[in-house]
Amino acid sequence: MIDTEKKPKATRNAYGEALLDLGKKRPDIVVLDADLSGSTKTAVFAKEFPDRFFNMGIAEQDMVGTAAGLALTGKVPFASTFAVFETGRAWDQIRLTVCYSNTNVKLVATHSGITVGEDGASHQALEDITLMRALPNMTVIVPADATETVSVINAVADYKGPVYVRLGRAKVPYVMPDDYQFELGKAFVFNTGKDVNIIAAGIMVGIALEAAEILSKDGIDTGVINMSTIKPLDEATLLSVAESSKLIVTAEEHSVIGGLGGAVCEFLSENCPVPVKRIGTHDTFGCSGKPADLLKLHGMTVENIVKTVRKALNK
Amino acid sequence: MMNAAVKGKVTDVEELKQITKNIRVNILHMLTQAGSGHTGGSLSAADISVAIYFSKMSFDPKNPSWEDRDRFIMSKGHAAPLVYSIMAEAGYFPKETIDTLRDIESPLQGHPCCKKLPGIEVSTGSLGQGLSVANGMALGLRLNNNPARVFCIMGDGEIQEGQIWEAAMTAAHYKIDNLCAVVDNNELQIDGPVEEVMGIQPVHDKWEAFGWHTISIDGHDMEEILRALNEAENTNGKPTVIIANTTKGKGVSFFENKVEYHGAAPTHEEFEKAVEEINND
Repeated sequence: MIDTEKKPKATRNAYGEALLDLGKKRPDIVVLDADLSGSTKTAVFAKEFPDRFFNMGIAEQDMVGTAAGLALTGKVPFASTFAVFETGRAWDQIRLTVCYSNTNVKLVATHSGITVGEDGASHQALEDITLMRALPNMTVIVPADATETVSVINAVADYKGPVYVRLGRAKVPYVMPDDYQFELGKAFVFNTGKDVNIIAAGIMVGIALEAAEILSKDGIDTGVINMSTIKPLDEATLLSVAESSKLIVTAEEHSVIGGLGGAVCEFLSENCPVPVKRIGTHDTFGCSGKPADLLKLHGMTVENIVKTVRKALNK
Repeated sequence: MMNAAVKGKVTDVEELKQITKNIRVNILHMLTQAGSGHTGGSLSAADISVAIYFSKMSFDPKNPSWEDRDRFIMSKGHAAPLVYSIMAEAGYFPKETIDTLRDIESPLQGHPCCKKLPGIEVSTGSLGQGLSVANGMALGLRLNNNPARVFCIMGDGEIQEGQIWEAAMTAAHYKIDNLCAVVDNNELQIDGPVEEVMGIQPVHDKWEAFGWHTISIDGHDMEEILRALNEAENTNGKPTVIIANTTKGKGVSFFENKVEYHGAAPTHEEFEKAVEEINND
């Protein structure tokens, strides 16, 4: 549930701190950035461990290739920049030298999604999950809050293989329990609903929890699942909630094409065809604006989730 | 079979030339068997690749992931037959395996795949990417206090890729001197002469301007090649690139400077004639 005691925190800030802790414990951790270390928060690591930090300049393709090379000498590289550049600019490099070569590279991108805000569409990655999910050997993780981010960063440092972690710029409320431990490929079930289950990721988890509260008060039994690992999808959890409810709603700060919504539909259409409604952007670019206004514009709100569920269930 | 492993490096020029002849014959053999593949660029880079592997590199074909090995990246991945031919000669796998080039499930994929063939350091084939990986390896080795060195072969057409120049900046910026890069300057690419398709000259000056110790040589003269490789090894504080001026299709008169043999394999008839030419050279 949303923790109103703790001040909201951006997942990128949690990343910076997690990297620093990891760097103290693990000499094999190295970090690369493409001139955005102040924004991605890798600068925190860079300051403490300058010998293990490589600023690659504004050159994402080279950054990814260099990270692959470092991984091939036993290092565990974390390579960071904005999501749109990390996944789009360097996609072929990720494909060949990270995924096809199966190198132990951690791509941790910040500034994903629409909540980048004022910088506008050029900087708002709404296709990155799709791009990464399509690649064999790639694991895709979207943490919901700062607590989960720290746990994810530690988990992916231990995991051997390519990983994409999607983080955000804006502050998000704490939603995960304090003692939560991320487990790769395992969804976190807040509760299950007999009427509808909302499968959410990233900042949409908190929004889904708020929507569920309203819906439940209206007598619509609503569950919320944090599907932070989008690939591999937690199929068992998804199947069990789909089988026991009337409607599935997906909620992501990303295009529904090939994102969480796409992944859920692909699985359910073959294994448990139930009605699915997808919250996310629908084949469109973002634009400049305040994050809250942009979320509203694209229907990534409590109100729109509530409305979507009511309409789909005729209630 | 010669022992190319850690202990016995070949420094004799005549012996290296003989190995190069064998490598050329095996390249053509496997391409003819496969019926497709890249002839011209495999032959042009043969001399310097042989010199790197057999006179400079420490490696153990029985333990391809040996930590202290020197690393070789064929960034122009379409020269895979050259790498496979060298690896077969060096004892990474039985020579018969070269007959499976490009077969389904063969470790000898059309372009090098590190997950299918131990001894390939990283998969290549999409051009422009090897130098970045080579930089990363060189930086990793440096952090590990490992004196091993990294070699990376690029094509001259390949350096039209922007990423090469990103990597060129990186190597100079981080003073990566445990790296020796090679540009196989054969002046042809698929669509025609490099200077007609997208001019890259002056190549030597470009690398120099990017902060590299740059050596231009005749890429088919074994003595010049060895001198350049020694110079690279003894250059500190900056990366070295060898611009190897070469002939595409080198060693076989009817393949030389023929753009159509960039991506075509010899026929059986051509193969017989080619072997004769190489052996009589």
